[in-house]
Amino acid sequence: MSAIRAFQAVRSGRIDSHRVRAVLRKEVTDYRRNRFVLGTMTVLPILFLVNPIINIFTAPTTVSHTALDARVGSTMLFMLLVPVILPATISATSIVNEREQGTLEPVLTTPVRSEELLIGKALAALIPAVAIAYTMLGIFLLMVKLFAHQQVADATLEGPRILAQVLFIPLLAGWAIWAGLAVSVRANDVRVAQQLGTLASLPPLAITALMAFNVITPSFRVAVLFAVGLLLLDVMAYRLIAPMFDRERLITARGAK
Amino acid sequence: MTATMDDPVLVVDKLTKTFSSRTAYSDVTFSVGRGEVFGFLGPNGAGKTTTVRSLGTLITPTSGKATVAGLALNAENAVEIRKRIAIMTEAPGLYGRLSVTENLKYFVGLYHLPDGEQRIKKALEAVNLTDRAQDICSSLSKGLRQRVGLARTLLNDPEILFLDEPTSGLDPVAARGVHDLITGLRDRGVTIFFTTHRLAEAEALCDRVAILNTTLRTIGRPSELREQLFNRGLVVITAAPLADPARVFTGLPGVQSWESDPTGGYRLAVSDPAVAAPEVVRALVHAEADVLSVGESRHSLEDVYLELVNEDVEANQR
Repeated sequence: MSAIRAFQAVRSGRIDSHRVRAVLRKEVTDYRRNRFVLGTMTVLPILFLVNPIINIFTAPTTVSHTALDARVGSTMLFMLLVPVILPATISATSIVNEREQGTLEPVLTTPVRSEELLIGKALAALIPAVAIAYTMLGIFLLMVKLFAHQQVADATLEGPRILAQVLFIPLLAGWAIWAGLAVSVRANDVRVAQQLGTLASLPPLAITALMAFNVITPSFRVAVLFAVGLLLLDVMAYRLIAPMFDRERLITARGAK
Repeated sequence: MTATMDDPVLVVDKLTKTFSSRTAYSDVTFSVGRGEVFGFLGPNGAGKTTTVRSLGTLITPTSGKATVAGLALNAENAVEIRKRIAIMTEAPGLYGRLSVTENLKYFVGLYHLPDGEQRIKKALEAVNLTDRAQDICSSLSKGLRQRVGLARTLLNDPEILFLDEPTSGLDPVAARGVHDLITGLRDRGVTIFFTTHRLAEAEALCDRVAILNTTLRTIGRPSELREQLFNRGLVVITAAPLADPARVFTGLPGVQSWESDPTGGYRLAVSDPAVAAPEVVRALVHAEADVLSVGESRHSLEDVYLELVNEDVEANQR
């Protein structure tokens, strides 16, 4: 399997974890000092937490179980937007921004491999996005448990629904990151990259929406199956994107001949 | 430390790179000895940067072969070659939100080097930036950024250091600082391959130079190139024009030809200035000329460069 091969590649030294950590450290330090990234990481989660809370706390308790399920489903789906949009925005700019600022070429003159650079950049977007999304989910579930009407709480705190949320957050973020990086290695303009990256990251949400809207009845089995599907999608995306990282094209804006 | 061509560290053989219909450089052949400072000159668009990028494994040549730091230039050796060399790109490409030390730490990590702290300290000492180690890079002047870029290339103790226009856009004082650094590195035996537009700096710093204008136009020591392209000569300046210069200069031992200079003096083509100069002085004295000076005419590397590049321009116009 691809994931196993990737792990073996790290173990065999083909992917140097030291270099991956160097990229990760640099990216995180840079993000911490970047007002745009900090602003996105702060404002977006607040907006995407306040809205679901209002939505759940204003849910009528007199409606049918199906209607309540739909409302809870859409609320939970809304919360999955953060692990999609946040890393997509960050990763979509990560390569094209370096090209614009002239920092990419010096990096490419070092022994760092394309995969090491991409994995480092992916982790730098994944870790904060997943941490923020889990924190949001924790706060949301805690508030529901403590303050929501019992009927609403029962509908929200269903095991399969929470499991799906927990599994989907990193996997959707993973997809969003690869989609963002794919856009970033091809784009020539930061703003275009941001827009395309966000758009490219959204399709897998449609799959999760099937569960959120009860088109497919949520269950532990379905949640795990969907998660495996997303994982495969993530691995495929990585395998497609790594070869797209063409040093020559990135430096000269021309393809190799 | 002297360079030796018995031990070439860089061998380039008929290397060519084309992008679609445009040829960046063609049929380029040369070698660089260990410890040599090699200047790569040429007009804008001549293919200098593309050559450096090719040798640095960033761009794949279309044909030809090369050996860089003992390794054949190919995709399999790319990572190993990049471990053994360092390239300073024209723009230093620093992360503006990171400090000088943080920038260098990142590259120590990318090279996966041991003793990172020590290497950073040594590199900063080499470029006289120890006191600016904690400064955020966006606050540095262009000259200081260039020095940080240079410090970055020293981290991995490269066998070959490629410097692409290292003094581009720098004021004379900052450029002098870079020259001093290059001289220091040469003294330490580092092989330096650098591209520049500043011909005076190439002449002052380089053991040999190559002039590229898509194809390699010439290669050699600056003095050799001058001799190849220009006749050796004497310049004679007199207080007043000679009454009959032909009678004075014609037939003198060592003097091949002569012409009047537009500034009022005379230019003599000679086979050997040491032989011709005393004869010329005696003839002038005999002609009762008021001699102000007799000296060897000097052609700079710039003259060589312009001669070759203008030849190309004229050839293109025909």
